[in-house]
Amino acid sequence: MAHHGEHHYNLDQRFDFTASIKKSILTVLVIGAVLLGIGVVLAITGGNHEEGAEAGTHAFHWYERLYASIWVNNVFFTGIAIIGVFFFAIQFAAQAGWSAPILRVMLSLGSWLPIAGVLMLATFFVANHDLFHWTHSYLFDKNDPQYDKIIDGKGAFFFWPMEKGTFPVFYIARMVIFFGFWVFFFNKFKQISAQEDQLGGSSHWYKMRSWSAFFLIFFAVSSSISAWDWVMSIDTHWFSTLFGWYVFASWFVSGLSAITLIVLFLKGKGYLEMVNENHVHDLGKFVFGFSIFWTYLWFSQFLLIYYANIPEETVYFVERLESDIYGPFVFVNLGLNFFLPFLVLMTRDAKRHGVFLKLVCTILLLGHWIDFTLMVQPGTLGHNGGIGFMELGMFLVYGSSAIFVVLGALAKRNLIAKNHPLLEESYNHHI
Amino acid sequence: MERDTHFILGVYDDEDVLLHAVEQVRGSGVKIHEVYSPYPVHGLEHVLGYKRSKLPIAAFLFGMLGLTLALTMQFYMMKFDWPMIIGGKDYGAFPDFVPVSFEMTVLLAAFGMVGVFLITSNLKPWAQPRIFDLRSTDDKHIMAIDLANNSSLDLDKIKEILTESGATEVNKKSFE
Repeated sequence: MAHHGEHHYNLDQRFDFTASIKKSILTVLVIGAVLLGIGVVLAITGGNHEEGAEAGTHAFHWYERLYASIWVNNVFFTGIAIIGVFFFAIQFAAQAGWSAPILRVMLSLGSWLPIAGVLMLATFFVANHDLFHWTHSYLFDKNDPQYDKIIDGKGAFFFWPMEKGTFPVFYIARMVIFFGFWVFFFNKFKQISAQEDQLGGSSHWYKMRSWSAFFLIFFAVSSSISAWDWVMSIDTHWFSTLFGWYVFASWFVSGLSAITLIVLFLKGKGYLEMVNENHVHDLGKFVFGFSIFWTYLWFSQFLLIYYANIPEETVYFVERLESDIYGPFVFVNLGLNFFLPFLVLMTRDAKRHGVFLKLVCTILLLGHWIDFTLMVQPGTLGHNGGIGFMELGMFLVYGSSAIFVVLGALAKRNLIAKNHPLLEESYNHHI
Repeated sequence: MERDTHFILGVYDDEDVLLHAVEQVRGSGVKIHEVYSPYPVHGLEHVLGYKRSKLPIAAFLFGMLGLTLALTMQFYMMKFDWPMIIGGKDYGAFPDFVPVSFEMTVLLAAFGMVGVFLITSNLKPWAQPRIFDLRSTDDKHIMAIDLANNSSLDLDKIKEILTESGATEVNKKSFE
């Protein structure tokens, strides 16, 4: 290109996590906690008279709703965190140059992973029977009247090598291994990136590319299986072969929205001055494109089940569409996650201007959180679910905690990988 | 000004020189008719001051046409013209129509866009292309200046501007 100028950017810039930013985040946390408190009180005082009339099923307890709410946020924010690492690795595998200045924003999302792992594991041990039907041992006892042949057939997937209905060794092992390796790769990337800052040269880039390839192979398998484990196993009888991809797509759009919002936030504070509308345009294209990808998967899953009309498959959509509580949210889900980004981000200008992206990405984060709520609640809470004070409060508590951890991690190191060999290419990125 | 000369051509060897030359020539008030290059030169349309293509609008409109046609066709056929129950679904079962509607939207958007592009770029099969300099299909960039659009400038002045901007040759070209 003709206009290669000399660029003099401050490559040693470091995000200053000021007291006022901390205060704003803590304010959101407190608001969330208050809403959560109100929600809990409402649930304790007025929650369970609906279920009382129904004989045969177990009585509904208010804390089940709390557990379900915690689980939704565990899965949702774990997804955003791992997508940060995933998108980082993709940049190296694809040898992308445009994204060089925002690589550390992507990677910083991963700093929520260790906390997410501990929370996920702890929640499972506290809430197992209340969230996961398959944890009940009577399902696997042939002499029990509630023996379930179908779940018994799937039992080994949870309990191997132990006896079915005892301790879910295989399930827990997968959770530990996935989080373990994800955190391992995250730390490895961080370490190589830090070495590159000190030593320079292109050898770290090659090293990072190899590690990225290994991570992507691991993630390809682990992302699908974690979706079956953490989300699909709630509806134990039901299965969908593209569910792993569906959850991944929802995670990916949420993660891209989070990355875009943090980049725009940092730009607003005067950092990342080399990131111009061309880079923002690329992020916008990713958000736009993968919103359509998510819709494609949503519809593929829906259409095949609807068309084949097999009762054991349609039950998933019957539970949602025919419910007074979840029915409207199915359409809210499609509206927020497909029609809104599709129509608003269609033009080039909308993808290049922060205002539209900030709006759409914020709504998408809420929209995909609703998507996960719709995946988790019907199977765990039945008609005692819904989105109220408790759910919104929990969302704000988790969201503000996650962003606190992520921004804290971002402030610890240089914002830009200053010796990244493709920085020059990204300065001249022009689309 | 010679009556039989319609175009002045600047011949450039190097794309970097060309990009600066375009800026320089336009800066001295000469209106450039078109630049012909053997391969796409990144940033050329930018320095030439071209406005963004309106092709996406055509794509959108043709896409909407495809969507409308597809939905009309399916609802008419399946609900009114020859109602059929398929898979126990309602006659006008909307989800069934989505794949076909999607495909028709894409098809018409693509066809419409190609058609509009061919017509607006004068790439009709029967169009007679004007070749300014055959070397623009090989290794030279050719900047064409239409004298009719630059009547206020002297011919020698234009030649001088082109030579100064780095043109290796300055030629005249007329079409019958």
